[in-house]
Amino acid sequence: MEFSFELLFEAVVFGILLGCFYAAVSIGLSVSFGLLDVPHVAHPAIMVFGSYCTFVLAGLGLDPIVAGIVLMPPFFLLGMVVYRFYYEAFERRGSDAGVRGIAFFFGVALIIEVGLILGFGVDQRTVEAAYIGKAFSVGDMRIPMRFVVAFGVALVLMTALTLYMSKTFTGRAIKAVAQDEQALRLMGANPMRIKQWAFGIATGVSALAGAMLIIIGPVEPALDRVYIGRTFAVVVLAGLGSMTGTLAAGLILGISESIVLMHFGASWAPAVAFGLLLVVLGIRPQGLFGR
Amino acid sequence: MRFWILAVAVFLLAVLAAVMLKNEYYFFAGYTVLMFVVLATAWNILGGYGGYVNFGTPAFFGLGAYTAAVLFKAFALPLALQIVAAAIMSGALGFAAGLLTLRLRGIFFAIATIALVVIMETLFINWRYAGGATGLQLLRPPPIWPFQSYTTMLFVLMAGLAVMAVAIARYIEISWIGRGLRAIRDSEEAAEASGVPTLKLKVFACTVSGALMGVAGAPMPMYLSFIEPASTFNLNYAIGALASPMIGGTAHYLGPVIGAVLLSSLQQIVTVTISNEVNVLVVGVMLVVFVVAAPDGILGLLRKIPWKRS
Repeated sequence: MEFSFELLFEAVVFGILLGCFYAAVSIGLSVSFGLLDVPHVAHPAIMVFGSYCTFVLAGLGLDPIVAGIVLMPPFFLLGMVVYRFYYEAFERRGSDAGVRGIAFFFGVALIIEVGLILGFGVDQRTVEAAYIGKAFSVGDMRIPMRFVVAFGVALVLMTALTLYMSKTFTGRAIKAVAQDEQALRLMGANPMRIKQWAFGIATGVSALAGAMLIIIGPVEPALDRVYIGRTFAVVVLAGLGSMTGTLAAGLILGISESIVLMHFGASWAPAVAFGLLLVVLGIRPQGLFGR
Repeated sequence: MRFWILAVAVFLLAVLAAVMLKNEYYFFAGYTVLMFVVLATAWNILGGYGGYVNFGTPAFFGLGAYTAAVLFKAFALPLALQIVAAAIMSGALGFAAGLLTLRLRGIFFAIATIALVVIMETLFINWRYAGGATGLQLLRPPPIWPFQSYTTMLFVLMAGLAVMAVAIARYIEISWIGRGLRAIRDSEEAAEASGVPTLKLKVFACTVSGALMGVAGAPMPMYLSFIEPASTFNLNYAIGALASPMIGGTAHYLGPVIGAVLLSSLQQIVTVTISNEVNVLVVGVMLVVFVVAAPDGILGLLRKIPWKRS
C-alpha cells in the first residue's frame, strides 16, 4: 500500500480522539488495579453493564451523558459492596489470594456478561441523541460528532479525577494507602475503608465510561472481552496508578490502533493493544510513568 | 500401581462403552467432557501446582487444532501424527511464552496470556491458507477398523489422551518437579533462595501444560469437520480449563478430573435442556461460589469430613 501523509494525519487525529476515550475507560482500572492492587478483571464487564444501564435510561428519554452521571452514585455503592466482599473473602484471609482473587473477578465478569445476554439478547444496542450520527468536516476529513463529545467528557472526567486525587484529603489518603498500607495503619487510619471508598470511586467512574462506550458505538454483552486487553494495556503502559500516565498511554494506544486500522485493515486492530501490552511487560514492566 | 490399574480400567470402560452403546450423542457429548478433562489437567500443572493463572488455554488449544487442520489440508497427515505435531507446536508456544512472560507475577502473567489468545486469533484470521475468518471445511476420512463411526473413534482416542494427561500430571505432582512448583506457589523468593531453579521449573510446566492443551485441540477439526478462528480461540475454553480445577481442587491430580467431569457434564445437560447462555452462567456462579466458600474445591471438602479417616 502506498504511503500517504494525509492518511497518516487523519489516523493521528482519530487516534487522539480515540486515545482520550481509551484513557477515560481505563482510569477506573488505574485506581482499582493500579493503586489498590485488586486484580479487577471484571472492570470492563462492569463498564459494559454501565452501557446497558445507560441504554435503559436513554430509552426513558434521558440524554446518554446525563444518564451516565445519574448512574455514578449507584455504581459507587455497587463498587463499595464488591470491594467489601472481596476484602472479606480474600484479602483478609491472606494466603493464595492471588489465584483465587483473579478467578473470582473472572467469574463475576462472566456472570455480568451472561446476565446481560439473558436480559437484552446478543444483539448490538445503540442510543439516540442529537450529537450521535452527525459529523463535521475539517478539510477533507469528516469527524463524527460522537467522538468529539466522548473526547470532551473524557477530558473533563480525567481532569476532575486527577484533581481529586492530588488536592483533596481523601484523594491523598488513597495514594497513601497505595504507597504504604502498613504505615497508614500505624497512623491510626483504617486502610480497608479508604480502599473501599477508592474502589467505589473507580466503579462510579466506570458508569460514565460505560455511557461513553455506548455513545462511541454499538454495545454488545461480550464487548468486555476486547476491553480487558485495552484497559489493562493502558494501565500497565501508564505505570500503575499514574493519572497523567493513563492519558499518555491511552493516546499511544489510540494512535497506534488507528494507524494500524487505516493501513492494514480492521482485522489486525484488536491485536495492537495486546501486542503493545506484551512488549511493555517484556521490556519495561513498571510502565512509562512507573512508581 | 493402584493408579495404573485404575487408569487402564477407565480406558477399557470407554472402549466397552464404544462397543455397547449405539446412540452417537453419548460419544459426541462424552468427547467434550473428556476434552475438558485434558484441558483442566493441563491447566492445573502450571496454575494449580505453580500458582500461575493462565487465561491462555484457547491460544494453545487453538494452535493445536490449527496445526492439525493445516497439516491435514496440506499433506492429509493421519490423525496420530497430527496430534504429535500439535503437541510440538503448542509445546513450543508454551516454551516461548513461558520464557517471555513467566518473569511476571500474578495478574500480569494472567493478562499477558489473554494477550496471547488475541494475537493468535488475529494471526489465524489473517492467514488465508488456513481459511481466514470464514474457516476451513474438512472432509473426514473413513474411520479406522474396528470402529464403525468416526465420532466413536475420537471418543476412545480422547479417553486415551485423558488418561495420558492425568498420568503426566500425576508424575509431575509426585516427583521433585511438583515439590518445586508448590514451593514457587507458596513463596517464590523463598524457593529461589533455597536453590529451587524457579524459572526453569516454570518454563517446563508451561511447556508441558501448553503441549497437553495442544493435544486436546488437535482432534477438534476432525470432530467438527470444520475449523474457524472465533470459536477455536474462544475464551470459554479458558473458563472451563480454569474453573474445573478450582471446583474440583487444585492440590491433587484428581481435582481437575472431578471438576471437569462435573462441570462439563452439567454444561452438556444445561445446554441441551435450557440454553447455551445459562450454561456459561452456571460456570460463572459455580466458580465464584467455590472460590469464595470452598477454596480447596471438592477434594478439600471431602477431606474435611471427619468419618473418612478413622
